[in-house]
Amino acid sequence: MSDITKQALSELVENIKSKKLSSSEVTKAFVERSEKSKELNAYITEDYTNALNKAKKFDEKPNLDLKLPGIPMAVKDLFCTKNLRTTAGSKILNNFVPTYESTVTQNIWNEGAILMGKLNCDEFAMGSSNETSFFGNVQNPIDKNLVPGGSSGGSSSAVAAQLTPITIGTDTGGSIRQPASFTGTVGLKPTYGSCSRYGIVAFASSLDQAGPMAQNVKDCALLHEIISTYDEKDSTSIDFKRNEYSKELTKDIKGKKIGIPKEYRVDGMPKEIEDLWKKGIEYAKDCGAEIIDISLPHTNYALPTYYIVAPAEASSNLARYDGVKYGFRAEGENLIDMYEKTRSEGFGAEVQRRIMIGTYVLSSGYYDAYYLKAQKVRKLIKNDFDEAYKKVDAILTPSTPSSAFKIGEKTNDPVSMYLNDIFTVPVNLAGLPGISIPAGHDAKGYPLGLQIIGKAFDEQNILNIAYAMEEKINFKNNISDWWI
Amino acid sequence: MDLVSKNKSEYLINRHDNQYEVVIGLEVHAQVTSESKLFSTSATKFGAEPNTQVSLVDAAFPGMLPVINEYCVKQAIKTGIGLKAKINKRSVFDRKNYFYADLPQGYQISQFKDPIVGEGKVILDMPDGQKEVGIERLHLEQDAGKSIHDLDPKNTFVDLNRSGVALMEIVSKPDLRSPDEVNAYIKKLRSIMRYLGTCDGNMQEGSLRADVNVSVRKKGSKEFGTRCEIKNVNSIKFMQMAIEYEANRQVDLIEDGQTIDQETRLFDTKKNETRSMRSKEDAHDYRYFPDPDLLPLEVSDDFIEKLKSEIPELPDEKKKRFIEKFKLSSYEANILVSDIETSNYFENVIKKSDVKLATNWIIGELFAALNEKNLEITESPISAGNLSKLINLIKDGTISGKIAKTVFEQMMEGDKDPQKIVEEKGLKQESDPKALEALIDKVIDDNRDKATEYKSGKVKLFGFFVGQVMKVSGGKANPQLVNEILKKKL
Repeated sequence: MSDITKQALSELVENIKSKKLSSSEVTKAFVERSEKSKELNAYITEDYTNALNKAKKFDEKPNLDLKLPGIPMAVKDLFCTKNLRTTAGSKILNNFVPTYESTVTQNIWNEGAILMGKLNCDEFAMGSSNETSFFGNVQNPIDKNLVPGGSSGGSSSAVAAQLTPITIGTDTGGSIRQPASFTGTVGLKPTYGSCSRYGIVAFASSLDQAGPMAQNVKDCALLHEIISTYDEKDSTSIDFKRNEYSKELTKDIKGKKIGIPKEYRVDGMPKEIEDLWKKGIEYAKDCGAEIIDISLPHTNYALPTYYIVAPAEASSNLARYDGVKYGFRAEGENLIDMYEKTRSEGFGAEVQRRIMIGTYVLSSGYYDAYYLKAQKVRKLIKNDFDEAYKKVDAILTPSTPSSAFKIGEKTNDPVSMYLNDIFTVPVNLAGLPGISIPAGHDAKGYPLGLQIIGKAFDEQNILNIAYAMEEKINFKNNISDWWI
Repeated sequence: MDLVSKNKSEYLINRHDNQYEVVIGLEVHAQVTSESKLFSTSATKFGAEPNTQVSLVDAAFPGMLPVINEYCVKQAIKTGIGLKAKINKRSVFDRKNYFYADLPQGYQISQFKDPIVGEGKVILDMPDGQKEVGIERLHLEQDAGKSIHDLDPKNTFVDLNRSGVALMEIVSKPDLRSPDEVNAYIKKLRSIMRYLGTCDGNMQEGSLRADVNVSVRKKGSKEFGTRCEIKNVNSIKFMQMAIEYEANRQVDLIEDGQTIDQETRLFDTKKNETRSMRSKEDAHDYRYFPDPDLLPLEVSDDFIEKLKSEIPELPDEKKKRFIEKFKLSSYEANILVSDIETSNYFENVIKKSDVKLATNWIIGELFAALNEKNLEITESPISAGNLSKLINLIKDGTISGKIAKTVFEQMMEGDKDPQKIVEEKGLKQESDPKALEALIDKVIDDNRDKATEYKSGKVKLFGFFVGQVMKVSGGKANPQLVNEILKKKL
């Protein structure tokens, strides 16, 4: 089979299970395509030789009862992988090799998948374009001048370019959904507490969630049911009944009530986005859903709230990168000097900016005005959703206020960069699940995504809605393999 | 020159015509007795090789998360119950952010606004009566690692064995007024925690250390003076010395018309002085905020009630019982209940022997002997059972008190049965009147001149005769009978 990498995950699994394909064949195909795709810069660390060896081993004694039998996969470089360098896109962890495995990746390997390498991302997941990575920006396979979104930019690029059949990212303020939207792929940000944070390099602990990224909703559901487990090693992990999301997936969403929040019609939103949203509403109706206008009155405050809470937590979470124990160290005259040099040289500009914002908002005298107030507003935002969910089962919005922008376009304008997360951030603040599905193209032919937001723990419902709408939308990604 | 009033337990510093009162509050850091750390499963054994009890969590590796150790929570709540304190059913762990080489996370997980234990109290027994010291709060926090600066001229070594070990910070109200009260307070706190098994109180091993807040004010003043905090003092003696030095320093400044700067100070144990570590202006901004890796800690009423039912009799209650049931003096009861091992020993001895004698023998001979050998009561060569036997031998007249001391000395050499010692060495008291009469007749016969003097009125010589009889009998003569017979014969 010559078109192995064109196959969706479910096909690959089927072909391996029916022994039409071996893990080695599949792994080799993705490794070869990845090797031909260096220009995209999707990988930070390649582990192809090991992957091929593991595939060979799998084929010698294949366990075909597993959900991902011998399926190769590259993952975002924010997940700690035992014995394979994990950088979080930062110079400060340039040579860091964990002796442990994150729970989420362990769950994946337990189902038979094989690690191919670590995918590029914004430094410590701080960015919306993958341009803050120490390892350089990533190209969007849609167009070489476009960013792939961020922070899971390597992941979105790799899935869209079919360097990996499926992948995982992390989403703190939109880092799965926005890059999915920019690359015409599907990305799910699960309910906070659904996937363990153990072994994931922390950005903002109360917002970070790992989630699946795929080419279609079904693959996304399958990967989600694998990675979502209760984990005692993460105190914020929640022990709730998890579905076999892919098995229970249905296109029957008749009578589902879908809310349209008026506050998401933001000033200056391109007409194309407005039109996409309208189209989305029509698709949803076509699927039998009932459309209801709702209000999420505190939406306007979500972005400023996020840019207080996330940097505050980050400023503390990143304190451990001090040159003392592991990672990069710049020599200094004394301890303080070593700290200053290590952190000035080890962290990039965006990370430093957020550490400073976070330190500022937690400082005595400012804490009440910023951090405490932000926490109160966060509660109001959550209450908005709680109120809305008394009337509706899910909420439909655009994923992003624009299509993918050009590399370098926003690097000197952090606020405009931050605005990119305007539709995704409230979901993280409220701890809810949200999925972005490709829903159309703008005039330039760049993909645009729609976001479906669900109730907490109601991933099945938004996956079903996405699954039903996916069929109606019948999206096709225009990727020409220009880099090969 | 520095006159300190010591009438009653009042501790005042006199300068010129002014009398100053010292106001002290303590922040005690007590290591929770627990096999594993507050947020990780690493061991907490004292004296292990450096960096052998360190998990990925303790060393703050990327992606590592804290998970609360339920046992440590129980220990803190038990301590709170022992301090008659309010247990907060909801408490919050906060991050206290600062950079240091032995603080791997770059923050210490502590409790800031919502501690696990609220207000309580500790009763002190002072020479002039009881004194109540208020407890402000008790919270759980992680210990940091240890920086070792003196192993190498250029480098600092870091041992993370302590990193993440559970501490209880117990904050008193500013209710203490003298070094003696501080001594009593620390000892009482230690005693309560040892009864509860929540902290071993071992100050040499750093299981109990304190930050001491000291201020002074003119006697009678209601306002508090500006306080200084003396950091991390690890013995009661040093606490007392530091307080004395610091209080006098502050009084001197005031008398000199100067003001006291609120600051953090260190106590130099070699020079016996405190010196400035950092001023209020240079104080760290710790940027406390709730740790997003941990949910608020919630405990149910049932959970607390269950722990309450596990609380043993504590020193105050035990003391009351000893006084009421055994008719001990307050002084004796205080000594016997001061630590759980002593009170257990005492109660074992009196199971089968006379309370009064047991009290005297434990407080007197046993403590002195243990002290001399530098042994704890748990290391006593004499078991409670054998001490009990010894006391019974005295009580039933088998041996005299004096002989008992000889037997006791032999028992101290190894836990021997006193009955056997008495038999083997023939130390049994001579109480046969006939045998004694013969002895006494001989003594009188040998000392005719003295007997004549006695009869002519030199009654003081009676003691001489008693002594002679005892000597001749090898100490075994029953002293009471000797007295009686001598009186008759002389």
